[in-house]
Amino acid sequence: MSDLNILLAGFGGQGILFTGKVIAYSGMMDGQEISWLPSYGPEMRGGTANCSVCLSDNKIGSPLVVNPDVLVAMNLPSLEKFENDVVPGGLIIVDSSIISKKVERDDVNVVYIPAAKIAEDNGLKGAANMVILGRMFKETKFCSEDSLDKGLKKSIPPKKEALLENNLKAIKLGIES
Amino acid sequence: MAVKGEKPRALTDVPFHYCPGCTHGIVHRLVAEVIDELGIEGKTVGIASVGCSVFTYNYFNCDMVQAPHGRAPAVATGVKRARPDNVVFTYQGDGDLAAIGAGETVHAAARGENIVVIFINNAIYGMTGGQMAPTTLPGQVTQTTPYGRDTKTAGNPIRVCELLSSLDGVALAQRVTVDNVKNVKNAKKAIKKAFEYQMEGLGYSIVEVVSTCPTNWGLSPKDALQWLRDNMLPYYPLGVYKDVKEAKE
Amino acid sequence: MGERVLMKGNEAIAEAAIAAGCRHFFGYPITPQTEVAAYMSKRMPKVDGVYLQAESEVASINMVLGAGAAGVRVMTSTSSPGVSLMAEGISYIAGSDVPALIINVQRGGPGLGGIQPSQADYFQATKSTGHGDFHMLVFAPSTVQEMVDFVSIAFDLGDKYRMPAMILSDGMLGQMMEPVELPEARNPDNDSKDWAACGHKGKREHNVINSLYIQPQTLEDLVRARYEKYEKIKEEEQRAEEYLTEDAEIIVVAYGASSRVSRSAVDKARKEGIKVGLIRPITLWPFPEKTIAKYVDSAKKFLTVEMSMGQMVDDVRLAVNGKKPVEFYGRTGGMIPAPNEVYNKIVEMKGGVQ
Repeated sequence: MSDLNILLAGFGGQGILFTGKVIAYSGMMDGQEISWLPSYGPEMRGGTANCSVCLSDNKIGSPLVVNPDVLVAMNLPSLEKFENDVVPGGLIIVDSSIISKKVERDDVNVVYIPAAKIAEDNGLKGAANMVILGRMFKETKFCSEDSLDKGLKKSIPPKKEALLENNLKAIKLGIES
Repeated sequence: MAVKGEKPRALTDVPFHYCPGCTHGIVHRLVAEVIDELGIEGKTVGIASVGCSVFTYNYFNCDMVQAPHGRAPAVATGVKRARPDNVVFTYQGDGDLAAIGAGETVHAAARGENIVVIFINNAIYGMTGGQMAPTTLPGQVTQTTPYGRDTKTAGNPIRVCELLSSLDGVALAQRVTVDNVKNVKNAKKAIKKAFEYQMEGLGYSIVEVVSTCPTNWGLSPKDALQWLRDNMLPYYPLGVYKDVKEAKE
Repeated sequence: MGERVLMKGNEAIAEAAIAAGCRHFFGYPITPQTEVAAYMSKRMPKVDGVYLQAESEVASINMVLGAGAAGVRVMTSTSSPGVSLMAEGISYIAGSDVPALIINVQRGGPGLGGIQPSQADYFQATKSTGHGDFHMLVFAPSTVQEMVDFVSIAFDLGDKYRMPAMILSDGMLGQMMEPVELPEARNPDNDSKDWAACGHKGKREHNVINSLYIQPQTLEDLVRARYEKYEKIKEEEQRAEEYLTEDAEIIVVAYGASSRVSRSAVDKARKEGIKVGLIRPITLWPFPEKTIAKYVDSAKKFLTVEMSMGQMVDDVRLAVNGKKPVEFYGRTGGMIPAPNEVYNKIVEMKGGVQ
């Protein structure tokens, strides 16, 4: 793999930035060049959040992902805003338990996954982001499984170590979905 | 032969540039005497402000930093936080301290910044030639209040010691003057107490010295002192407005 | 060197400053730099350092003046409107020959402007930070690793030349995370400045840190001496990165965030067979005019890309000195140009290359 530009978007509080961080750390564990760029400012408080993550074998130029290879949409405004920016042949992952609308383009691959529902059904409310991450990993293999494991551990501060197990479970559900 | 009235060691040999009858010279001497008596010249850092007292860095023998207009408390904060073992004082006029530097003054006091502030209140801007100061009295004629300070349009004077005395960070707030021997002695006591409080780590101390500006008041040195007694002191009463030690005892 | 860790630019700056022996930070919150202050408030107490939240940027820069005058390594951090408020203090710092580090995580302006990344403070940083004749060293990192590296260099050169230094960052570099390696921590050296105002201990004449010289001749002499120092700095401290410039017909000049966008555009254009390269100024003052001059004969055109309406382009034009056309592409107000916008501009210019 040479370059993978990922755009994650959804409501503030869905763990968009954290998901990006796990991807970034996992890529780093793989020895890839990585960058992570969040949206910031007032829109973060209850509004939409998005996060650009770049993985590459080479030095990363612009860290702002304008035309993603992978778009993760966790709410409707995000899908509507970014759907047309995805590169032809790219991938859109939609949380279908939150977004009922279908992707209109036919030149991209689309995965509909009821991530929020899967998480909730398994007693992992709030871990939809990790379910999606698991599915994204399955679709793109953006890093090795070992690196994903390490990346997740790196992303969780020692004080919150208790959350590790549930996040791992959610990722597994995504991979198996 | 013993020399009487010798110049304090903490003053340099540079002659003061102050006008005849200006009380800056007396206050400089008092600060220098206190520095000598406490034996702290080698660890004292003074902060010069903007106004007539800007050249204090030439007059005091301790290390000196010259601050932008009004920012002496912030500069003093930087020095003191960097060098807690140094003794740090600012020397500021009324325009510097209570107009352009009011924010820095209030916040340094509120933080209980462990510094000494020597505040010269002569109710006028001296260096720029006699404009209205934040402490100019109601009705007082200055270059920019040619019909007398009209409080309806030019606002009211600020009583700095009273204002600052409400802040928890203040260790000492005292107003003195230097119009006669007794008051000069009293002023020196206050200044010494302020330096001692800093050395004991008690926090922010301000000594406000009600002063004269004969040149810009348009009075002789003698008449200026009388004007101070008749007009300034009733509006700015002398006294201790806060003293953490007395409060405790 | 330690292991690679993922850090936000703003946090990396703060940690790098501590590693460089800085133990004094004075600041005031403003987006998008607040993480620097927040990080310092957490870290400084653990290393016996001083963190102080001032009542304003006006106060914080003067606290920096005080601490710097007292001879310690000191810094502050702010974003564009805050630098405007600090202009007075920076002028005094320069006029008093006090070293200090100022971080500007730029956002859109003028006025309250916006909070998204911008490069519209180039003039302010390199030409008109405050009143009077003076300069400060200005470094423009383009990666989080460079944020770390330049903090250390800026402190050292500031001390060496006794002058203020600025890291001109922006909201993108401040907010983004990249892997960084932190340097080995250095111990604070706060006792080697014999000019500092920290008490003469009866061992020397009193030191005066001052910018007032009432005799014009004295002031002129002093400013001239400072400008001789500036000339030496211009000679010795210019830094720039050259990327694919050797055979380039078009040379893009861009710094910081816009240099990353430009690099992507250059890569894309190269794939299309267009001979284009990139000069990335690392020092904005002194401006790397020598690097530009090297290519004035070989290149046919220059393109300056900035997140502003065109500020550095003036310096590029001065360096090119009318010998080749210098074009400009910019976005402003917090807009980050997409690599394609720059690529399209390169293609457009290529159409004119004979």
